[in-house]
Amino acid sequence: MEARKKGGGYRRLLLAAALICSGAKAGEWSGYVAADYSYFPQSALNAQQFEHGRLSFSAEPEFYHSWENDDSLTFVSFFRWDEQDPQRSHIDIRELLWMRARDDWELLVGIGKVFWGVTESQHLVDIINQTDFVENVDGEDKLGQPMINATFLREWGTVDLFVLPGFRERTFAGKGGRFRPNPEIDDHSAYQSAAKDKHVDYALRWSQTFDDWDVGVSHFYGTSREPRIIPTLAPAGLVLTPFYDIINQTAVDVQATLDEWLWKVEVIHRSGQGETFNALTAGFEYTFVGVMESSADFGLIAEYLYDDRGASASTAFEDDIFIGGRLAINDAASSELLFGVIADLHESTRFYSVEASRRLGDEWVLSLEARFISSVEKRDPLASFRHDDVIQLELAHHF
Amino acid sequence: MKKLVLMMLCLLPLMAVAQTSEEKGLEIAVEADKRDMGFGDVSSSLTMTLKNANGNTSIRKMRSKTLEVQGDGDKGLTIFDKPADVKGTAFLSFTHVLEADDQWLYLPALKRVKRISSKNKSGPFMGSEFAFEDLSSREVEKYKYLYLNDDAVGGEDAFVIEVRPNYKYSGYTRSVVWISKTTYQPLKINYYDRKNSLLKTMVATGYKQYLGKYWRPDEMNMVNHQTKKETLLEFSDYKFQTGLKSRDFSKASLKRAR
Repeated sequence: MEARKKGGGYRRLLLAAALICSGAKAGEWSGYVAADYSYFPQSALNAQQFEHGRLSFSAEPEFYHSWENDDSLTFVSFFRWDEQDPQRSHIDIRELLWMRARDDWELLVGIGKVFWGVTESQHLVDIINQTDFVENVDGEDKLGQPMINATFLREWGTVDLFVLPGFRERTFAGKGGRFRPNPEIDDHSAYQSAAKDKHVDYALRWSQTFDDWDVGVSHFYGTSREPRIIPTLAPAGLVLTPFYDIINQTAVDVQATLDEWLWKVEVIHRSGQGETFNALTAGFEYTFVGVMESSADFGLIAEYLYDDRGASASTAFEDDIFIGGRLAINDAASSELLFGVIADLHESTRFYSVEASRRLGDEWVLSLEARFISSVEKRDPLASFRHDDVIQLELAHHF
Repeated sequence: MKKLVLMMLCLLPLMAVAQTSEEKGLEIAVEADKRDMGFGDVSSSLTMTLKNANGNTSIRKMRSKTLEVQGDGDKGLTIFDKPADVKGTAFLSFTHVLEADDQWLYLPALKRVKRISSKNKSGPFMGSEFAFEDLSSREVEKYKYLYLNDDAVGGEDAFVIEVRPNYKYSGYTRSVVWISKTTYQPLKINYYDRKNSLLKTMVATGYKQYLGKYWRPDEMNMVNHQTKKETLLEFSDYKFQTGLKSRDFSKASLKRAR
């Protein structure tokens, strides 16, 4: 009797578990773990910064689960351990997102990541997520952003509405780290809004495809992801304080895809961060298919970077040109090479970058990254990075 | 009037004899297209095994969805599962009869949807021996046809036709296709490169009929005669008419395709 009762309870539990599992289509883990070594050939600008080499480990495990009704949950966590800079050792929730998608609408609630834009050299229009600057100075790594995002799919375009409760501060290298402003960035940030990092931001985007043209128009109101860097006198001496203004930013991004030509333009108009200003990135990518009778493709990229604040801009790219190339070997190892230089049109400052990667076997990826800065003028925003040339080799295991 | 009809009827067999090789080639292509019309949508799982000249293999897994579009090329969505570093990458294409296809690529690490140039028709698909153009939808108007002769592949009777691409940027001058007389599906294709020398041979096997009408192969094996590499493409879980709509083939759908 007792045993039967127990058995019944167990069966009920099993049944409940079976019901939960049958309601689910999949629950799966994927992601990568990686080890990398960076070498800085030049001695550091500041005696507090580390010299020469740095070993670092990172991991990005991802869990995905979807239910029978197509609702899904995505969880992406990120871990970085850095041998030299405790500020660079960090953990982040890149995504923790519940999604419901129906015929003509989608709703996403949680922490998410969104990319807007078309150009390669910089991403002016992309504003939803904060840049994870300690991860990489190229601005491609982003911190997870709390959001409610509703998407409406209509014949006349796609409309995205965002409510963004909560703000993430940009990450900066610690005083012992490389790629840090000089003097160091203060631990304490300042805000225009009394709500500080609790300010609720809003964004709206319309996007549509017209034959060969992909067009997006967006508006953002809220805390600027890009801080103004204000020199402040602290007890320890002069420090730099990130100051986050409340801004309005209207943006347009357009790409025309005409055979081997991709024509791209991104324009922003931003107010609230000092003087109202406009900035632009515009250019093209031309693809040579099957170069030298191989199956490789080579893309030539040229972009012009402009900011009408001129030399007073907090950006280093106020009247610059980017020339780069993208080589895709199209082999089984997916070997790729991306290189380029951003050159100031008035000064001798050059910022070179090389990224190369290839797959080893089915689960490993080896990648090389190098960045060099040459002949920087003292007042250039890149000046504090002028001794931070770096070569990095990374081996990642994907699962 | 009756006389005229009778006369016309008598002439018909003569006209058939007078049919040129071009007309017969086109007729076969139109018939093949007609027999596959109305499938609506189809999804399937794919496993690609790449083998190099030394016999080393590497595996790719993906899922593919196709939406039939009346009066234009089909819409296709391919989602990559393996290798692990490209998991979640998705490829969306709107094929067109003669103008350039529209293609978008979704890169999950950056959450970026990129419109890409569709000029790369001759480029290898995922480093395999299949080119993009080998896997895209075959619209009748995309090619010029020439009937060559009758032959058999593995005991199955076939028409042999020569096919020349009408579209720009093809990697081939021509291909020779063995089309089954029973299913009107390709059993074998020889591809000739831009210098008109034999580049690759594709053999499709294990054709099965779905919904009592549509034939699809279980395997396609592509051998590159010049590099000695080969790629085996295996299909499974064919599902027809699951009710996919054009919204499932939109830029927005790329981000949730997984």
